[in-house]
Amino acid sequence: MEFFQEFRNLRLVKTLVDEINRITTKPWVIMEICGGQTHAIMQYGIDQLLPPRIELVHGPGCPVCVTSLELIDKSHAIAAQPGVIFASFGDMLRVPGSKNDLFSLRASGSDVRVVYSPLDAVKIAQENPDKQVVFFAIGFETTAPANAMCVLLAKSLNLNNFSLLVSHVRVPPAIDVILSSPYNQVQGILAAGHVCTVMGYWEYLPLSQKYQSPIVVTGFEPLDILQGIYMTVRQLENNQSIVENAYGRVVTQNGNRSAQAVINQVFQTCDRKWRGIGLIENSGWRLKPEFDYYDAEKRFSVEQISPEESTVCIAGLILQGLKKPLQCPAFGIQCTPEHPLGATMVSSEGACSAYYRYQRIDNY
Amino acid sequence: MFLGVPGKIIEIYNKDDLLMGKIDFGGVFREVCLSYTPEAKIGDYALIHVGFTLNLISEEEAKETLSLLEQISSLDNKKP
Repeated sequence: MEFFQEFRNLRLVKTLVDEINRITTKPWVIMEICGGQTHAIMQYGIDQLLPPRIELVHGPGCPVCVTSLELIDKSHAIAAQPGVIFASFGDMLRVPGSKNDLFSLRASGSDVRVVYSPLDAVKIAQENPDKQVVFFAIGFETTAPANAMCVLLAKSLNLNNFSLLVSHVRVPPAIDVILSSPYNQVQGILAAGHVCTVMGYWEYLPLSQKYQSPIVVTGFEPLDILQGIYMTVRQLENNQSIVENAYGRVVTQNGNRSAQAVINQVFQTCDRKWRGIGLIENSGWRLKPEFDYYDAEKRFSVEQISPEESTVCIAGLILQGLKKPLQCPAFGIQCTPEHPLGATMVSSEGACSAYYRYQRIDNY
Repeated sequence: MFLGVPGKIIEIYNKDDLLMGKIDFGGVFREVCLSYTPEAKIGDYALIHVGFTLNLISEEEAKETLSLLEQISSLDNKKP
């Protein structure tokens, strides 16, 4: 078993689609939290297989998209400094800041490098003792164990030229904001399978109760997503609101305890600004004071940078499930993956990028 | 880039005090950190994200899910 082909079985996909059709008697709005799921839904055309009464709206689970403009501008201010090697996941390079992006900084001479893992950034720091190596530590709970481990590794290697620009965000406070909005239309939630791989899903139990909303932990293959939708619709039709797990091969209720222990050793919760959404209380992680030494914001004195968001891009509304990409007048015209106005058009998990890439113009 | 991807563990070793391993992603090989899955054995499948295993993948659970879906499928076929 290779754990992906088996979950793309056409016959079982048809079965699940038929079952969803059979049990659906009312219109329902379901949000998939993770941008990876949004892309899978668009890529496989899952939204087009569903009964028209089921509407999928796209959630905020794209770390590149929600990283605040403030932190993007800070990353640019750091990367532009001489003697700095700025390491980042590739998706961040094209994200527009107030003035430019990391690609254009690289073109003008800054040493900006794409890495696959934060471990690669640690290695760059080991190999370049005369340079300051800064890693842009963005991501949800999924990515936090990797970034936390690299802080511990840098400490054990006595690296004094390594630091993190931390932009970690957490899913449950964002779900709370979405479901408590007076404009909320979302009735059921597909929770992000890989966030739950790390954190488990106990944090979702009170949210499900508070908002009387089914929450189903969902994976990323077509059968996973359809199973998540099926279980959510089944709950909605039966007037239930519990947390269920449709991704049992990877996710347990308690998650990965050793990963959580390292996260808690290195990070503490903090308020965090989400791009286009605003400040969400306790929705982020920052380095604990004992790891201040590895905090790039402090090392490079960029804490005061605080820019204003552009008003053209509606990414914030899209990330909250209040609008869809095709409702944006700039979509595909002023805003394309080559010249994005907002991060949702850049990221491989962004909803606008998914619509653009898979050509959903038929949804107009 | 940010997705978790399943891969097969084909080597396990220590480096810089970290438990590391080599993963076969269907023919593409990469070194990853196994510290969060210390129970990993060669031949296990794991979910990998940005160079770290986040969990091992349970074949038993995968089979259970697929068999549940097969049951729905067989019920479906018996409908008139």
